[in-house]
This record gives sequence, C-alpha cells and structure tokens, in this order.
Amino acid sequence: MASHSAGEHSRRDFIVVAAQAFAGVGAAVTLWPFIQQMNPDASTQAQASTEVDLSPVKEGQAITVVWRGKPVFIRSRTPQEIKSAVDVKLSELSDQSARNDDLPERAPATDLNRTKKGHENWIVLVGICTHLGCIPKGQNLSDARGDFGGWFCPCHGSHYDTAGRIRKGPAPRNLEVPPYAFMTDTKIKIG
Amino acid sequence: MATHESSYRPTSSIARWLDARLPIPRMMHGQFVDFPTPRNINYLWTTGGLLSFFLGAQIVTGIVLAMHYAPTAADAFNSVEHIRRDVNYGWLLRNLHAVGASMFFLAVYIHIGRGLYYGSYKAPREVLWIIGVIIMLLMMATAFMGYSLPWGQMSFWAVTVITNLFSSVDSIIPGLGTRIVQWLWGGYSVSGTTLTRFYSLHYLLPFVIAGAVGLHIWALHVAGQNNPTGLDIKTSSDSVPMTPYAVMKDMFALSVFVLLFAWFVFYVPDYLGHPDNYVEANPLSTPPHIVPEWYFLPYYAILRAIPNKLLGVIAMFSSILLLIFIPWLDTSRVRSAKYRPVYKWFFWLFIITVVALGYLGSKPPEGAYVFWARVFTAYYFLHFLVIMPIVGVTENPSPLPRSITESVLGKSGQPVRVGAPAAPERR
Repeated sequence: MASHSAGEHSRRDFIVVAAQAFAGVGAAVTLWPFIQQMNPDASTQAQASTEVDLSPVKEGQAITVVWRGKPVFIRSRTPQEIKSAVDVKLSELSDQSARNDDLPERAPATDLNRTKKGHENWIVLVGICTHLGCIPKGQNLSDARGDFGGWFCPCHGSHYDTAGRIRKGPAPRNLEVPPYAFMTDTKIKIG
Repeated sequence: MATHESSYRPTSSIARWLDARLPIPRMMHGQFVDFPTPRNINYLWTTGGLLSFFLGAQIVTGIVLAMHYAPTAADAFNSVEHIRRDVNYGWLLRNLHAVGASMFFLAVYIHIGRGLYYGSYKAPREVLWIIGVIIMLLMMATAFMGYSLPWGQMSFWAVTVITNLFSSVDSIIPGLGTRIVQWLWGGYSVSGTTLTRFYSLHYLLPFVIAGAVGLHIWALHVAGQNNPTGLDIKTSSDSVPMTPYAVMKDMFALSVFVLLFAWFVFYVPDYLGHPDNYVEANPLSTPPHIVPEWYFLPYYAILRAIPNKLLGVIAMFSSILLLIFIPWLDTSRVRSAKYRPVYKWFFWLFIITVVALGYLGSKPPEGAYVFWARVFTAYYFLHFLVIMPIVGVTENPSPLPRSITESVLGKSGQPVRVGAPAAPERR
C-alpha cells in the first residue's frame, strides 16, 4: 500500500471515519430503549380522571382525593380564609405565577386565578410540596397550618397561604392547581 | 505497582505450573504478603481492611436477603417482616445487613478523616483519593436505594424527597427537572415501579464498588501507603512486610470493631433506624418529621440550611464533590497535620462542624437550628475554599523527622524509651 504523509486523507481514513460514525450512531440508537424503558409507560400516562362529590364537605372542612397517584387537596374555605387570600398584594408573593393548569403560564397568582369563577370558596390543589415532594399538613382541622393559615410542610418548613401560594420557606413554587371543572355545583372532575 | 524484590517462591510443581501461566499467587504475594508497609502506621490505618470486610459482609448478607425479599409495592413491606419473623435466622441476617450499612459508613468516615488529617490526598496520591470519593458516592447511592427497599414510611418519603432534588433543575430549564424525576420514578409519583428499579440497582452497585475498590487498592499500591509522618518510605528500615505486621494489626482492629457491630446487631438492632419505617409506606401521608439515616444527616443539614431549593441542592452536592479538589486546594508542602501547628486546629474545627451539622440535620428546620445550620454550612465550605489554601501558604510547619525510622527510633537509631528514669534527650 502506498504510504502517505500525515494530514493527507486517504480512502482508508474515510472508511475508518465512516465506520466509526456508523458504529457510534448504532450504539446511541441501541442505548435509547434502555433509557426510555424507565419513562412512564402508556398505562401510567393514561390520564384517568377522578370525579369528586363535594356535597359532604362543610365550610371550613377539607378532603384529600387521589388523582394520578397524587393526593389532591380540596378545601371549602371560610369567608375569612377567602378574604385573607384575596387581600394579599401580588408583590408580597415569592411566586407570582398562578400555576393553574387551566390557565396560561403567565397568569398572575391572584386568588381568582387559583380558583374557579363562581366557586371561589373551593380551592383544589395538588397536595405535594413544590420543594421536595412531601405532603403538607393542614387538611385536618387539628393540623398545624403554618403562619398563613393554609398548609404547612413539616419536612423543610414551607408555609402556604389559604390559596396554596408559597409564602415562606424553601419551596420555589405555589402548589399546583390541577385541571378540573365543575360538573354540577357539588361535583368536580379532576383531569 | 510499587517495586520491591519479590520473595514469592512457588514450592509445588502445580504452583510453578500456574506461575508460568497466570501468576495470580505471585501477584497476591507481592501485593498482600511481602508488600512494604510503613513501620509506623497506627490503628487508623486498619480502616481500609475494615472497609473491605464490610463490603464483603454486605454483599454476602444482601445476596441471602434477596432470596426472601419481594421487590413490589404490595409485598415489599410484608416480605421484610417475613424475613424478620419467619425466615430461619432471617432476624440475624436482616440485622447484620441493616446495621452493617451503618458500620460501613462509620468506618468510611474514620477512613476519610484519617486521609484528611495525614494529607493522604497529596501528590502522588490524588487519583487514589479521587477514586475514594467516587467510592463514597457509590456507597451513598447504594445505601439510599437499599433504604427504600423495606417500603416503610421513611423509605417512601426518603425516596420522594431525594428524587425530588432533581426537580430543582426546573428552575434552570423549565420542565426538564420534572422530566428527569418522572423518568427516575417511572410514573407521576414514587410507586412500586420505582421500588423495583431501585432494587435492581441496589443489587448492582456493590459490585461496581468492588471494582472501584480494586482500582483504589491498585492506586494505593503504586504510591505506597501514607503514614503518620507523611514521609515516603526511603530505606528498607522504614517498612515492614504487610504480612504479618499490618495484617495482624488489621485483624485485631477488626475484632474490636466487630464487637461494636455485634453489640448493635444483638442488643439494639433498631437503634440506628427510625420507628416510622415500621409503618408501611403511605403515599398520602408524610411523617411529621422526616430524617435520613444518621450517615446522611450533615448533608441533609446543608440542604435545608439554604432557603433556595436549587441552591440548597447545589450546596449539598458540592459539599461532597468539593472533596475531589482537595489535593489542589491544600497548598501546604507538608502532608501530615501532625507537623502543621495551625492547620491542626482548623482540622478539628472542621470535624466539630461536620458533627454539628449531623446534629442539626436531625432537628426540625426551624428557629435557632436553621441559624446554626447556616453558620456551620458556611464554615464547611470556608474550610476547603479559603482556610486550606491560605493556611497552607502562611503556616510555618514544625520540623519533620528525616525518615520514618527516625520518627520511631529517634536520631540515634535506638528505640525511644518512654517513661525512662532519665528523660531522653530532646532534640
């Protein structure tokens, strides 16, 4: 075989690079199923919706239901609780986004944007602390509800107000409002 | 590997036959029998042997526990209770494995503390040290996944909290953190799917650790062991053969350590655990006070000390990853803190800091606990990033002995007589 100086490209160099590239792409493609198998599968993804009857929940009471394996907090707020949530100025909030799955990303975190029009006494939240995923306290009347009367996460000390907005502590975001709709005045469908 | 004259002499014809084909006995003899060991190593140098013992013990007890354990959300909790109550000697095997994890970490922290005090990370042992840090990370991952397997309340919520650390990536690239967490979980919350994959990895990682330990010992035997003086072996009088000298010392230390191990296993097997983990996992109720196992408490304190989620996670991970850079952060010419009159004090202050962080990590995150956790977290980083580089340059080290032999025998070459009627001459 004819020798060639460094820097010169031979047909053999081309074959080597092409073969390496082929093997590299092949390896990457083969790796993909091994990564993808860990993602939620279709049976998990199937968004089962949950219907909840709210009629037994009296004012000031709260219930927890399960949706997609996650706890959902539903609280019937008292007029004082609603007032304390409405009176908060947006500038006092550390997370000013509504975090409402039914509203666009930029919607401000007013109490109105966290509830459904005409049903402002009901607050529906995914009951998972946005810090590290603990379940905040505050659903039972005997629970500590934190400095703002909503929920308190005992794991790392995050305080949420009566609209589920983060007010104090390490959690970065307000509690998520799941997609839901009122079927009747006393029945909602989550998901 | 460190060069020394091999004293291996195959005696039988079979040994000679093997020696010409695969000289494993020759290698083992060279590395673990006549390997030159500094004559002055103290009992802190027995922790390496201890750690090998505990890695082996965890693998053996783990393999037999796996014969009785069911890695599904429905059966995991009950199968652990089945092991404790029904399986022949299951109570013993389970206690050995659970307490063994704690003993493993106790030994590794002493081992790391020794390396920090005697400057064992300094040239030419940087790679040895970095492999050690990697082993510690692998141990942490293994212990964390192992802790999830009993599927009690603490197991479940520890998995939830720790996997959620990755969701902090959301504040850099929105959505990516959530994707990562859901990928780890295999769903929208921690579930049986998560448990099964953790079980698979918990079985795998100890063997990865064993491989890394092989590299760790290889790197150790290239540079040779450090010792309390931090001096290199220069003459044959500086060293003794590993067998029997170091090995017998290791055996004695192991016997004493195993007494402690056995005391926990037989008398207080649950002392290092948490009662909440005897309540089956419930995704709808978080225990009021979540704490990790004791060996993770300092890092947990650092995580909680910082009020911002992403920064807290970064601080926690960097508190460990920082260790990788110590060989270059320590600017001192002298290895051993024994001859570093200023740094010595900072070293003990650092140890106090880690213990204090451990205590604070076990306390609820409120009031004065948060304040002190912040103070000690700040000092933790200050120690490595500021004190280590500065003290190394400004400090005036004490005079070093000329050799390991001199540090043991004194300048005359005669043994130093402690408590002799006439005080030995001071030089």
